[in-house]
Formats: sequence, C-alpha cells, structure tokens
Amino acid sequence: MRAAIVKGGIPWKPGAGDPPEVVRPGGWKYFTPQEAKTVEAFVDRLIPADELSPGGKDCGCAVFIDRQLAGPYGRFEGYYMAGPFQKGTKEQGPQSPETPAQTYRKALAAFDNACRTKYPGKTFVELADDQKDEAIKGLEDGSLKLDGSDGQEFFKLILKNTQNGFLADPIYGGNKEGASWKMIGFPGTHYDYRDWIDKHNQKVMLPVVGINFHPNWTQ
Amino acid sequence: MALKLPHKDVAIIGLGWTGSILANELTDAGLDVVAIERGPWRDTATDFPISYAQDELRYRIRHEMFLRNSQMSVTFRNNTSQTALPVRTWGAFMLGNGVGGAGMHWNAEFWRFLPSDFILKSHLTQRYGASFLPTDMTIQDWGITWDDIEPHYDAFEYLCGTSGAAGNLGGKIQDGGNPFEGSRSRPYPTPAMKQGFGHALFAEGAKKLGYKPFPQPSGNLSQSYTNPLGVTLGQCTYCGFCEWFGCANYSKASPQTTILPVLLRKSNFEGRTDCEVTRINVDNTGKRATGVTYVDTSGAEFEQPADLVILCAFSLFNVQLLLLSGIGVAYDPQTGEGHIGRNFTHQTVSGGLGFFDKDKYNFNPFVAAGAIGMCIDEFNGDNFDHTSVGFVGGGYIGQVQTNGRPIECTAVPPGTPAWGSKWKQALKDNYLSTINVGAACHASMYSYRDNYLSLDPTYKDRFGRPLIRLTIDFHDNELKMSKFLTDKYTEILKAMGAKQTVTHPRKAPYDVTEYQTSHLNGGAIMGDNPGNSALNRYLQSWDVPNLFVMGASAFPQNAGYNPTGTVGALAYWSAAAIRSQYLKNPGPLVHA
Repeated sequence: MRAAIVKGGIPWKPGAGDPPEVVRPGGWKYFTPQEAKTVEAFVDRLIPADELSPGGKDCGCAVFIDRQLAGPYGRFEGYYMAGPFQKGTKEQGPQSPETPAQTYRKALAAFDNACRTKYPGKTFVELADDQKDEAIKGLEDGSLKLDGSDGQEFFKLILKNTQNGFLADPIYGGNKEGASWKMIGFPGTHYDYRDWIDKHNQKVMLPVVGINFHPNWTQ
Repeated sequence: MALKLPHKDVAIIGLGWTGSILANELTDAGLDVVAIERGPWRDTATDFPISYAQDELRYRIRHEMFLRNSQMSVTFRNNTSQTALPVRTWGAFMLGNGVGGAGMHWNAEFWRFLPSDFILKSHLTQRYGASFLPTDMTIQDWGITWDDIEPHYDAFEYLCGTSGAAGNLGGKIQDGGNPFEGSRSRPYPTPAMKQGFGHALFAEGAKKLGYKPFPQPSGNLSQSYTNPLGVTLGQCTYCGFCEWFGCANYSKASPQTTILPVLLRKSNFEGRTDCEVTRINVDNTGKRATGVTYVDTSGAEFEQPADLVILCAFSLFNVQLLLLSGIGVAYDPQTGEGHIGRNFTHQTVSGGLGFFDKDKYNFNPFVAAGAIGMCIDEFNGDNFDHTSVGFVGGGYIGQVQTNGRPIECTAVPPGTPAWGSKWKQALKDNYLSTINVGAACHASMYSYRDNYLSLDPTYKDRFGRPLIRLTIDFHDNELKMSKFLTDKYTEILKAMGAKQTVTHPRKAPYDVTEYQTSHLNGGAIMGDNPGNSALNRYLQSWDVPNLFVMGASAFPQNAGYNPTGTVGALAYWSAAAIRSQYLKNPGPLVHA
C-alpha cells in the first residue's frame, strides 16, 4: 500500500479487489520431493480415509501446507520479528526467530532420522500404518525425540496446519470439494441464511459451496 | 527534515470510529479537518466483497484485516519482576488497522454501560463502605453522569441503526428488554434481531431459572435503515462471518457504512492514508500542541500544523503517542504518581461448551451474526447485592455464539483423541449440536495500582520508537467474579438441556496468547480534577488544552459490557463540548 489522499468522495478504481489465489494441486512450491512424501503420509494418518471423508492426502492437506509455507505464513510475514529473542513465560507466547518454513525443513529431516533409528532402516513413509501412528504418537507425547528440533512443538504445528487446511475454504487446496464441510454439516459460504434463522432445529438443506466451488459449476 | 505543510484547523490522528465521528462533527462546524491514518483505505467493494469475504483462513486465522505486528506491536509481562517480551502475533486481542479501524471487523455488540458505572467509586463506597474494596484497587468516578451521556448514546445508536429491545424507556420498564439498563430517551432505531435455535433455547433456560433474558443490542441490523446523515445500511443476512471480517452486505455498522460516504464528500475534509503520526508537537511552553509529525510510505516526514489536535488511535496507541510526545506525566506504579499509563484494564471473559444430544438438537451454528444472542443482566455491575459474594463488579451472561466457522467451531468433548478417525467422528457428532461461546460471561475488569502502560526499554517499532509495554494480571476480585458468573452460566446450560458442559472461569496469570476480547482500556483516563486523571470530563487534556483524546483509553476502569457504544457516546459528548464551548473560547473547559 502507498500513502494516499482520500477526499471528494469514496475512492474507487476498477480492478482494486484482491481475491485469493486458487490453489491447484501439482508440483511442490516449498517441499522437496522427499519432504512432500513424508507430509502426505503424515496428513493421511492425522486424517485417515474412512466412511466419513477421503484421507488428508486426497483432500489436499499436504498441498495446502506446501502452499502456505511457500507464502507469507511460511515466512511469518507481518509478525514482529525484531530481537532480542529470549525465552519468556508460557503466557508471553512463542519467542523464536524460526519461521514455520524453517521448522518444517529441520523437523521433517530429523523425524525421518528418528524413524530410521526406531524402525531400523525405514523412513516414515515406509512404515506400516500402525507404525506410522506409533511414531506420530511418539512425537505427540514427547517420547520420540528429534535431533535439533522440538518434536512436540512440531507435532502441534503440523496438526494445526493440517486441520486448518482440511477445514478451510476449498480454494486453499486442503478441503477438496468441501469434504470436511460435508462431513460435519457446514453448508459453506452461502452468505444469506435469512430463510433459515427462524427454522429452529431443522436441518439446512443446501448444497455445500465455497468461494470458487459450487456443485452446479463446471470447470 | 520534515516538510512543513499548510496549516489546518484540526488534525485528527486515526480514522476509525472516533476519528470519523469527530471529523464529521467538526467539518459540520465549518472547520478545515485533516485525518491522518496509518493504515490503508479500506472499503466493502474492494476489501471484503461478497464474492470472497467469507474466508475464515484469510481473515480470522491469518489476520488479514488487522494491524501487522511488524508495523506496530506491544510488549507484555504479568508484573514488574518480569522482562516484558514482544507480542510476535496477536493472541489475546486483535487490533484494527486502516480506515474504519476496529469498527470494521468488530462484532457490533452495542451496549450502554449502567448509570452506576460512571460514578462507580462513589456508588460502591456509599453502598458497601470504602473498606469493602481491595486496597490496591484504583477505581474512580468518570466525572460525568448518566444524564450527561445518555443523549450521546442515543446519537450513536441512531447513527448506526442499532437493533434492540428497549428495557427502560423514560423510566418505565419494558417487557422483553433489559430491565437493568439506564433510562433511555428513545427506543432502539430498529427492532431486535431474530435469534437462532441455540440463542432462543438459552432464553428458555434462563427463564426457567427466574431470569429476564433479552436480545443483545446489535449493530448488525434487523432491517434496512437510513441514518440521520442519509446513509443506508442493509438487513443482516445471518451469514456467520462478522467479527474478524468486514461485512460485504453493508449491514454491520462501521464508519464505512454510516459516516464516511458523507464525510468524504465534504470539501473541508481530507484523509491521508498509510501515513503514521510519529508524535504530537508541542510548543516550548509544553502547554500547547502545534500539530503533528507523520511519515508516509516513502519514508518522507511531514509536519502538519493545526490549531486543534484530536487523538483518535486505539487506546494503547493513544497512550504510547502521549508518552512519546512528552505530554503529561508518565505513571509510576511505585509512587502512584503521574497519570499517563495509569488504570490500564482489559475485560474478564469466560465461557465454554455445552454438548447436547445430537439426535435431538441441531443448532445450525453457522446461521448467526456478530451481535446476535440472548443475554441476562442480573449479575452485571451492581445489579445485585455484593455483600456476601466477596467481590465487586460483574457482567452479562449470554448465548452469543456468532458463528459455526469450521476451523474455530469444531470443539470436541474432553478425552477425544486430537487426530485420526475418532477425532473425525467426534467432529461430525458434535458440530451441529454444541453451544460454543468463548465469552458467554462478559464481565468487568476494575483498575489496580500495578496494572499499567509504559514505554518498553528494549523493543522498538520500525522507526526506532519504544513499543508500549503492558503490565497486567488478573486480581482475586476478578477471579472470584469470573467463578461466580461461570457457575451461573453452567447452570443455564444445564437448564437448556446440555448433556455435558465444559466451562472455564478466567484464571490467572493473564495470558497474551489466547483470545479474550479486544477491549483494552485506560491509560489516559478522564476525571474531575487533574490530580486523578489525564483528561477532563470532556476528554480534553489537562496539560495541553488544544488536545482531546478519544477512545477507551479514557475509561477509568472497565464495565461488564463491550466498550464501543460508550466509546462512540463519549466521542459525541466531547464533540458537542468542542462545538458548543471550546470553539467559542479555546482553552480549558474545566478549570482546575
């Protein structure tokens, strides 16, 4: 944004809107191919395919995280990042100069190393599902230590990012065709529920729609 | 070297609610007004149009509308024995940015304070005796009374088209409204909003327990409305993307939807956006403001001379700018001397979850609005006898759930795994049948000697100026109150038919990472003499009479309601005094 003078009426110029960019699967903007495989396998255990929805990988959660890490969030753009950095109380919040993109790079490598040690010779993606779950639980409860990274903090980060992607608007790539919204019963971004405000305790019978997603729209 | 610009009658710092109100009132009085705003121009059609306004990730999770911490942040500590550290990204509160300020992304919960709130110290002392108050509590009277402020609440409500049910019209209690409210001169301009199933069920539960529930007063409009300036707002569509978001439907009261279309057409008004005021300039007597200095996005520095300076930034930044400009005496918590930074308060909110049988209850939580809801006011302020409860203050309790946005509103019962198929099943089983309100109990926070604002010794903004430092913690009085209110809320949830409740009274220490509310108050408080306040009863600086300071920084302590109604009313009150008294005879409106 540039400094401006506003006077004489409401400023307006054509094309001034800033709609979100549509995330499309295909290729990786931040992850290396090995990192991408690990994250795809990871999100598929956090959100396993079952009768309620497709799995995290097919919903696009790894694509979501990749695009987020390649963008402003991955750099903590807009955060106060001036030093000095010093550890404070829990109530003062995280005080690390490390960005999410840097955290993933370090922690994913350390996680594969930790898996190779615990399951001789095998990286995370090569494990059976129950072993994958065991490794993830190890991160969650702190029993699986990562060299140079805080495994529990990394678990919290990837869980939050995965669930955000799964539950966010489908335009961001992690909630393919509104899979999570269909699962929970959220009809999406209809913008007008005046017909429903008085219909207490009745199921809203509307198709799931998103910013660029509607069952009647064709690509 | 700053470029000196042509003189203006009035320089306004910040173009949010109070800046817009003051600019409109003072241009009406014929003055040449410039408003200098550090954020961008923002408007419905370009910044939150209907095609993509409903975006939880962008606006709620990634903070699109808010002040960027890289532009300006704050530091925080619980007490003076700790080292304050910077807030790297907003948590406990979310601060606005750009034209419209927080008035663009607020819920629009549109409350008046109680008459007794304005004379709090006198009232409590008279009713309970001075020894009833904690010794380190520093509450005081505002220097104004209900009769002073009521006409200005009315003006702000009619500007916004506020939807509600009157509870006390000219002293007569009205069925269906808040029977505890102060006497109002007129009904609300528009009828109360409709309520969803969960909100209506709360009212039923509250009635069963003998309370008198009423609809929350709302700046999301129940019907279209044309205000006295001729600006029309639309009817709320209950879309559930309101607070944290701009309203794409012109149905939430904001400067954009009520004032700016008129203000911007006036030839004696000019706004300068993305221009950050770095200080208020005073002459060598220190008693007169000469204007402001600001920096634009190119880094160029300008001096804007003005006869009258109106400080209309957010509360914390009003205090920061006063301290940086050397206006008034900085508060010292050791000696209790000085007023700039004193009586800093927040809000004491608590709430939680009510899980209901999914086969019997479908709340459709996504059919909602920012200021929808049913509330009770039996336990607010001094509406009840505090003799035996061991605290003073209180708050309203309500089912004020604003949304069913999936990232925020997918709570699961305790004991559910955090991931995997069981987590998914719990989401599905509870999303439609859970009441999820973080601030169901919205209560006061009174002021204390050791909660204050000061300049941070270490952390700086992008211009090298010290950040404002928040030293704040909850005190026993507020913790007891929160327990009391949260217990009452839990009883109502059970009366509504909840099969399981998970509620959380507010706990110490104050935590800056988890959202509470964005209601930060005090630090440049109003009062009846310069020995107890930074501003007189008209929000005029005691030290620099051609400087007026708007906003919640003027609150001597916080009441149990959302502050914006009172912030707007104070702005109209101050503007009226400037127009009717100050302009005729510029100088102190109250003689010390």
